[in-house]
Amino acid sequence: MSSIRSSLANARGLGSAKTGTSHFWAQRVSAVALVPLTLWFVACLASQFGASYASVTNWLSSPFQASLLAIYLAAIFYHSQLGLQTIVEDYIHHEGIKMATLIALQLINILLAVAAIVSVLMILVGAA
Amino acid sequence: MAEFRLPKNSRISKGKRYPAPKDAKNVKTFRVYRWEPESGENPRVDSYDIDLDRCGPMVLDAVIKIKNEIDPTLTFRRSCREGVCGSCAFNIDGKNTLACITRIEDIDGDVRIYPLPHMPVVKDLVPDLTHFYAQLESIEPWIKTDTAKPTRERLQTPEDRAKLDGYYECILCACCSTSCPSYWWNPERYLGPAVLLQAYRWIVDSRDEATGERLDDLEDPFKLYRCHTIMNCTNTCPKGLNPAKAIAETKKLMVERRT
Repeated sequence: MSSIRSSLANARGLGSAKTGTSHFWAQRVSAVALVPLTLWFVACLASQFGASYASVTNWLSSPFQASLLAIYLAAIFYHSQLGLQTIVEDYIHHEGIKMATLIALQLINILLAVAAIVSVLMILVGAA
Repeated sequence: MAEFRLPKNSRISKGKRYPAPKDAKNVKTFRVYRWEPESGENPRVDSYDIDLDRCGPMVLDAVIKIKNEIDPTLTFRRSCREGVCGSCAFNIDGKNTLACITRIEDIDGDVRIYPLPHMPVVKDLVPDLTHFYAQLESIEPWIKTDTAKPTRERLQTPEDRAKLDGYYECILCACCSTSCPSYWWNPERYLGPAVLLQAYRWIVDSRDEATGERLDDLEDPFKLYRCHTIMNCTNTCPKGLNPAKAIAETKKLMVERRT
């Protein structure tokens, strides 16, 4: 800590970012949403356990099931993005590395989420 | 970056041993962290064998006995010796607490005494709390009003006064903040449980008129939201307070005012 700058100036730093609650709230809401969605997903897996490819794609062709699965995948990657961002902010203190990691994480999570949802859509329209 | 090993100049070496008097029957060993900035040497842990039959019941009694009778170079803070001043906060037997209200007989084996964790050490058991106090100052822990000054006391209902219970008792010993891993990793930007408890004590005070501004100042990913409800703060508080609850209540108010 700089010895010339006053300790109060150090403590105040750059001041409040006036944000943080939306991130906190989104993390909580997505976590709560994941509870019933995971139960539903596990139940579906159990019902389709050992079933043929045709049976699974057929089951996924219902708009209701496909939508739920797409929402579930979106919630997973959204929640994972929020959580990993928190971990990076906790542990990485080099500003450059931190920024690069945060951007990379965001891109990876978006890519994975979009790829997963596109797969669901392909099954829905019978392209896979 | 998170630190998993102590830096080279902080690694602890074995120190001196001070044996108890030969006629002592009830001996307990106190292993105390020692570091002198002027010596240029690494910190060490000195062992003092204390005759408990000639010592008061509390850990602070033993530490004072060491300074008075065995080794006057031992440096530590102490004042009230009854748990209201917060000066003698050390890491005792692996837990941050006040030496003056910790009974020696409650500790199994040797009594290990270290300064509060993850703070710069001034000497021996004295941590540098400058930044901690500056953070307290930054949340402006005093009443703020715009209404004209009353000619008598500011009134408060017993119900509103009860909302301060569990918070006004904080003595700012820094045991909680220095037990918090989030505070260890981000002390420059995270305010830590003690300061956030103090902030909540003013946010919840019905006489204060700056509640919104106080919440505005805490609305920050680091100042407030580095708290991940680890709860070490509540676990270690020597006064039995619950800083984690104060932080959770603050987060609830943050959500409440935007929904």
